[in-house]
Amino acid sequence: MHDRSWTHLDDLESEAIHILREAAACFERPVLMYSIGKDSTVLLHLALKAFWPAKPPFPLLHIDTKWKFREMISFRDETARKFGLDLRVHTNPEGLRQGISPITHGSRVHTDVMKTQALRQALEAGRYDAAIGGARRDEERSRAKERIFSFRDRSHRWDPKQQRPELWNIPNTRVHEGESMRVFPLSNWTELDVWLYVLQHRLPVVPLYLAQPRPVVERDGLLIMRDDDRLALRPGEHVQERMVRFRTLGCYPLSGAVESRADTIEKVVEEMLRARTSERQGRLIDHDQSGSMEEKKREGYF
Amino acid sequence: MSSMLNEGETLGAFLDRYRSLELLRFLTCGSVDDGKSTLIGRLLYDTDRVYDDHRKALEEDSKIHGTQGGNVDLALLVDGLKAEREQGITIDVAWRYFATLHRSFIIADCPGHEQYTRNMATGASHCQLAITLIDARHGMTRQTRRHAFIAALLGLPQMVAAVNKMDLVGWDEARFRSVEREFLAWCARLGTPEPTVIPISALHGDCIVHPSTHAPWYRGPTILQLLESVPVMRPAADAPLRLPVQQVLRPSPDFRGFAGRIESGSVTVGDRVQVLPSGRETRIARIACAEADGGDRKSVAAPGSVLVTFTDEVDCSRGDVITCVGGSQQPIPCHSIEADLVWMDETPLMAGASFLMRIGTRTVPATVVRIRHVVDVDTLAQHARDSIEWNEVGRVDIVTQQTIVVEPYRQMRALGALILIDRVTHATAAAGMVRSGDPHEPNPRRAHWATQPAPTIEPPADRSATESVARAARWRQRPAAILLFGPPKSGKTRRAFALERHLWQQGHAALVLDGQALRGGLSRDLTFSDEDRSENLRRAAEVTRLLLDQGMVVILSMVAPQTAARELARDLIGADRFLAIDCAQRGTDDAALFRDVESFIRPDQTPGAG
Ligand SMILES: Nc1nc2c(ncn2[C@@H]2O[C@H](COP(=O)(O)OP(=O)(O)O)[C@@H](O)[C@H]2O)c(=O)[nH]1
Repeated sequence: MHDRSWTHLDDLESEAIHILREAAACFERPVLMYSIGKDSTVLLHLALKAFWPAKPPFPLLHIDTKWKFREMISFRDETARKFGLDLRVHTNPEGLRQGISPITHGSRVHTDVMKTQALRQALEAGRYDAAIGGARRDEERSRAKERIFSFRDRSHRWDPKQQRPELWNIPNTRVHEGESMRVFPLSNWTELDVWLYVLQHRLPVVPLYLAQPRPVVERDGLLIMRDDDRLALRPGEHVQERMVRFRTLGCYPLSGAVESRADTIEKVVEEMLRARTSERQGRLIDHDQSGSMEEKKREGYF
Repeated sequence: MSSMLNEGETLGAFLDRYRSLELLRFLTCGSVDDGKSTLIGRLLYDTDRVYDDHRKALEEDSKIHGTQGGNVDLALLVDGLKAEREQGITIDVAWRYFATLHRSFIIADCPGHEQYTRNMATGASHCQLAITLIDARHGMTRQTRRHAFIAALLGLPQMVAAVNKMDLVGWDEARFRSVEREFLAWCARLGTPEPTVIPISALHGDCIVHPSTHAPWYRGPTILQLLESVPVMRPAADAPLRLPVQQVLRPSPDFRGFAGRIESGSVTVGDRVQVLPSGRETRIARIACAEADGGDRKSVAAPGSVLVTFTDEVDCSRGDVITCVGGSQQPIPCHSIEADLVWMDETPLMAGASFLMRIGTRTVPATVVRIRHVVDVDTLAQHARDSIEWNEVGRVDIVTQQTIVVEPYRQMRALGALILIDRVTHATAAAGMVRSGDPHEPNPRRAHWATQPAPTIEPPADRSATESVARAARWRQRPAAILLFGPPKSGKTRRAFALERHLWQQGHAALVLDGQALRGGLSRDLTFSDEDRSENLRRAAEVTRLLLDQGMVVILSMVAPQTAARELARDLIGADRFLAIDCAQRGTDDAALFRDVESFIRPDQTPGAG
């Protein structure tokens, strides 16, 4: 009777589209946080689908730390051009002036200035009342308690004790002037779901997710790709060509590559299914200290 | 962590298998320290779903925060927030995801603290099965009863009790049986389907994933066996269609699509449907989908998100519900409902309080007009009370300012579940479940019109009842109401004040009641909906009545577009004292208007003329 059988992914897709439409209908100035990675890719695809044949009724916002992989930036611009989207890019001008870098200032300072503060600046400048993001609850422990519609006060803070109960699929989207909501349509997706969706819909992703010979250095137990010569070599370090890919993408000096032969999405999925470590393992930001992500979230990190 | 792939399984074979994997959403609840976190940790650990780096972090954490003397503390796997960790308690719903070779699971890990009952209701609203933890040493507690009560209230079809820490009671069967009896009896009183009761030791892993060697007397399933075998509930495709409209998409003048998620039933191109509350009928023209996504669909079932178009130009907007036509089960458009509330705000609910109510995709102003009772969770007794306190459950009557479309929650969750939002703080004050909607009182305001005029208050003895007669005689007028009505810009207000000036110059006592001015105060709570316009006119008419009793001539300047409402105003004031003038129809000759009014208010004028 129906076009095809209903799958677990259809369930998640329908839920995400419902959330995107609620966000569009209930807020005056929503914005989609586009971070170029696989989650953003799925999120954008769902947004295009949710409002087709209209364009998504919100702009895309990318917080550019100026330390993203070059391939990410070209993928971002190509995507915005292909779909004719309103892409807005923001970089913290003070951070830029101070020359904040993850290499010299460390991941904490860099993340705080170039991501958290930059995001606040951009949200305030745009007077956005809803910021839609691709975060998933299974990513990290403190995210497990995050709501789908997550309230932020006037200073963009998240208070885990003051969350609104979220019942059925009836979000409470009311905010006062200056307050805002973070909206996470992919809350219930797992990393595997995201990849299976990419595979099923043949979505183009940044090539960095696929294995390829790349110049990397071993540093602090991670394989860091030398995307440009701002990554100065320390004594004893040398650049080697290795067959690697990335499970998550961020600022290149903070993203650890994994050695892999998976040069197609199929092979990536297969590797995932056999994976024994979490995707965040390759991220320096989580290793600073136990509970670090939670602190960043309270400060307004996405 | 082990592979998700079976021995030798190819990706293609996996994908086929994965497509048939079902997703089960369940919750875990219990009092603090009953072992909920340990149970979930154990489930993940014993199914080998813990990533190696998480396992390593867990081992390190166990040394610092653990309660197991440096041994792995499984509870830490799922304790997320710092404050909780420091206090050693879980304070909020946490969501966990895991999959076995047979099924995917979403776990809503719900709090044990009594004051966080709201989170239990939150978790339950997303799940079909609840596992309630009971400490074998203590048996059922108030919290256990409360959690089972809320699970029943939210209509969870499957209930499980896990009697934990059986190791601490020496795996005593008699102890288990007595807890089991108590739980079964409680659930029977709640009217839930028969629950499954399982003896476990979360700490040692008995009866979670692996059967226990300590309980040869127990023949039932382990927790995981049960989770992998209960039927997954999904909306039936042959149920009646309910499609609450989220948005109207109008990308071009020739396309008008209605976006929403099918909450029940299915839509097929050509289906006859109606839009509620208006009741207008049409047919589904398209289920539109981009070429890149496989193009238009012929038919989609719940819970699919769709974009449909109609064959006719039918009004439909956010908050409306598209439903099938006919069928025995129909939603009720109404203004008044009876509902059960789980009260979630620290400020107690009092009758008369106003909120924003969200039901389906519609948000309307609503007032709790009556508290019927509050339920004592220990005895299930219903107590008449005038407030509902934080974390209590009670039954109320709610009246809404605009039409809503409801169905009993037990029949149709999509149109039976609601939330109340505090108008000032915007907090979610309550979760509600509709029991019934009252279609017989379509407009509570018109009910005001219908009531008899208020009984006349006896004037005090020293006040002459003939005073108003004397006044009218002095002013040489018969008290009367002149309603100047018509759309904005039809010249009502200008005429009203010109008339007032003219009557004043002639020595009469007249004043203007301006509809717009009323809205600044007396009718500040009203909108411009039909029913609120009607109500505004009713209030003006009531004020007019009081003034007429004082011998005045009252000039009403109001839009008053509804004939029915004008007739009600006429009845309230009295037809012999009421003159309605349609400003849109009337010529610009003020002198003629003045003559008509003067003749109407002349003391010797016979009633009804003019
Ligand atoms: N002996 C014993 N202790 C247990 C068992 N399950 C949990 N515990 C202990 O009970 C305490 C509370 O457990 P926890 O999972 O944190 O409880 P929660 O508050 O319900 O999440 C911890 O010290 C656990 O180690 C069990 O089956 N047997």
